[in-house]
Amino acid sequence: MLGGGTIKLDIVINGVGGQGVVLASRIIAQTAMKNGWQVRTSETHGMAQRGGSVTSHVRIGENLFGALIPNGTADILLSFELAETVRGLEKLKAGGKIIASSARVVPVLAAMGKTRYSDQEILQYLKKQPYDLTLVDAHDLALKAGHHKAANMVLLGVLAAQKLPFAGDELLNTALELLPPKLHEVNAKAFYLGKQAGEGYYGNAAATS
Amino acid sequence: MKKLLLGNEAVAQGAYEAGVRVVSAYPGTPSTEITENVARFDEIYTEWAPNEKVALEVAVGAAIAGARAMACMKHVGLNVAADPLFTSSYTGINGGLVIVVADDPGMHSSQNEQDSRYYGRAAHIPVLEPSDSQEAKDFTKLAFEISEKYDTPVILRMATRISHSRSLVEIGQRSDVHLKDYTKDIGKYVMMPAMARRRRNILVEREKSLKQYSEEAELNRIEYNDRSIGIIAAGGAYNYAKEAVPGASFLKLGMVYPLPEKLIKSFAREVERLFVIEELETFIEDYVRTLGLDVIGKELFPKTGELSYEVIASKLKEAGINKEVLNLSFENCKAPNVNEIPLRPPALCPGCPHRGVYYVLKKLNLTVTGDIGCYTLGALPPLSSMDTCICMGASVSSAHGLEKARGKEFARKTVAVIGDSTFIHSGITGLIDVVYNNGTSTVIILDNSTTGMTGHQEHPATGYDIKGRPANKLNMEKLCEAVGVKRVRVEDPFEIKKFQKAVQEEISADEPSVIIARRPCALLKRVKSKNKPYCVNTETCIECGLCLELGCPAITNRSLISIDETMCNGCGLCADVCPTNSITRGDICD
Repeated sequence: MLGGGTIKLDIVINGVGGQGVVLASRIIAQTAMKNGWQVRTSETHGMAQRGGSVTSHVRIGENLFGALIPNGTADILLSFELAETVRGLEKLKAGGKIIASSARVVPVLAAMGKTRYSDQEILQYLKKQPYDLTLVDAHDLALKAGHHKAANMVLLGVLAAQKLPFAGDELLNTALELLPPKLHEVNAKAFYLGKQAGEGYYGNAAATS
Repeated sequence: MKKLLLGNEAVAQGAYEAGVRVVSAYPGTPSTEITENVARFDEIYTEWAPNEKVALEVAVGAAIAGARAMACMKHVGLNVAADPLFTSSYTGINGGLVIVVADDPGMHSSQNEQDSRYYGRAAHIPVLEPSDSQEAKDFTKLAFEISEKYDTPVILRMATRISHSRSLVEIGQRSDVHLKDYTKDIGKYVMMPAMARRRRNILVEREKSLKQYSEEAELNRIEYNDRSIGIIAAGGAYNYAKEAVPGASFLKLGMVYPLPEKLIKSFAREVERLFVIEELETFIEDYVRTLGLDVIGKELFPKTGELSYEVIASKLKEAGINKEVLNLSFENCKAPNVNEIPLRPPALCPGCPHRGVYYVLKKLNLTVTGDIGCYTLGALPPLSSMDTCICMGASVSSAHGLEKARGKEFARKTVAVIGDSTFIHSGITGLIDVVYNNGTSTVIILDNSTTGMTGHQEHPATGYDIKGRPANKLNMEKLCEAVGVKRVRVEDPFEIKKFQKAVQEEISADEPSVIIARRPCALLKRVKSKNKPYCVNTETCIECGLCLELGCPAITNRSLISIDETMCNGCGLCADVCPTNSITRGDICD
């Protein structure tokens, strides 16, 4: 993802309003900035935050133009919700990295049976795609860490296990700077649980099933 | 020192560095964070005004008084503030005056997609448009300089993708801008016909000078490159175009009104094919055509929605632009078939007090005139309880219109719903109209004690100011009584049966009535629910689906109905509608 003299790392973060997508994008961007990289982000505020689909883009590199990542060029798709992962695929380059939570947030109409949400079909579909997929149940790991709201830190932990233009653990440092002290312990725990999952500590089968 | 700032934060930083003293605003996506961030600076007096007209008038007053002042709003807010806008162009200023307006191409969080640049042209006010956070800060400062140099208000036009994207900004010091002397000058500040006629001439002369400025200013710049293709663009469109065809020649406009005639002509002479790439209307394109230049614009690029790199690259390819200069990397994208993925529109949150209101309105099958806010989401299924939504305040006045068109019988089956902040913004004037003109409308004020959709801003009835300090609290009951409504009652929308009875009584009344549905927003920190989540007893549940009709995101149905305890706010509304008492509070579940 980084090479050839020019630096470029485009990360798309998808999820559902209220899951902490904006905060995650800020943490990544801030960390990149601290390491001397140019960075641009785009965030979703307003109406879509009320439980709708949300997307943040983080662009790290040189000669950045827009804040939006062109289709088919993102290096990493970080997805907080299973179905939203599929919605984000159009941004990803061939062979790109997907870090996705297998946890589902079921839209109201799907809960009523008026639209379909088949997680098995989505899982099968994702596994067939030509991408490098790491699937974790971020919700479950966040609960293990102490609070379901730390799912975004679990996913940042998984991201930290990837090859990045800065040390992965710096993501945690930035997060702790932005979070109130009483949340530090849970978030740090969630981050390391995610990192272990990203490094394959639970075995690939566990991480992708 | 550099900081990673949202475009909106950068405008606030620019205002701080420019020595601004007074900022007034009404929240509205995508503009809200400008004022929220200005409020962090103790040196700047900052306030939430009841609406944008008031905000701009406060800023005009402060500018006449000699301070640098700013008013901030979203694009539709500028419609509300258009009255002071047009005449402040006549009076000019004393201390610098900047109006920040944020457009929303693509309507991410808006009811229309209007182009604020036309306000600049119509009111003869210069318009600056940044394309990243650094420019947002720089242009804010520059706007104050232009304002004072040319004795004019200046519009800083933002857009969603500039307001809500972060990039690096060099942070500077606050400049020491003195409060200018105030001298009474009725020829300049009292706009009666005789004075306004004189000012009108000054305004025409001023516009000529501004046009000259636009020709020479650094914020309009030419980047010559491959001269077979020349692109005129500003703001976000410039970024997308630059990504699509980095090797093209560009005329990058930072000042979009008045436009630089000579600069455009000389650029046009130097390039083989000339394109104008802009979001929303054909503002720049139309001007370029009046210069008699051959240009390609919206006959090629889409007239609606946001532009994007992909759209521009594919359209330029369609126009026969050499593939060598185009960045076509998006064509590698293997777009998946996402038809199978469930749509995810925004929804009312778990514990949202509006849910109780809409449940009742749906049950009574009423015609509902709606308004602007979180509660507009009540229009969507499964609640589906809204017939109209036009603009801030229109619920009340259009309910009155429905009655006058279709008679009192129709009014017996109609209610207006409007949020507390929206009611203060411009619902109260509609209510005065109802009372004055013998209407019999029923208005439900959804009082959740905050400006919800824009992210929880205080307003005159919350009892707090923008900095969270206690403030004089507007009493809505007394306000409604004071305008002549005799039937005013306060109800809890979560006491469904009582609330339903209240609605039935008020719609039956042959006079205006107001129901204040009072329950704070479930997301407010100061009222956050400590209730335990609810759960479903699957043995007694008959799967009737009544709870699902509430449209609560915490209730799911995977073969069996269940409640996601991490999402449930413990409001208990679902337990109230359950006919078999199968939904109970968590601590008595298992």
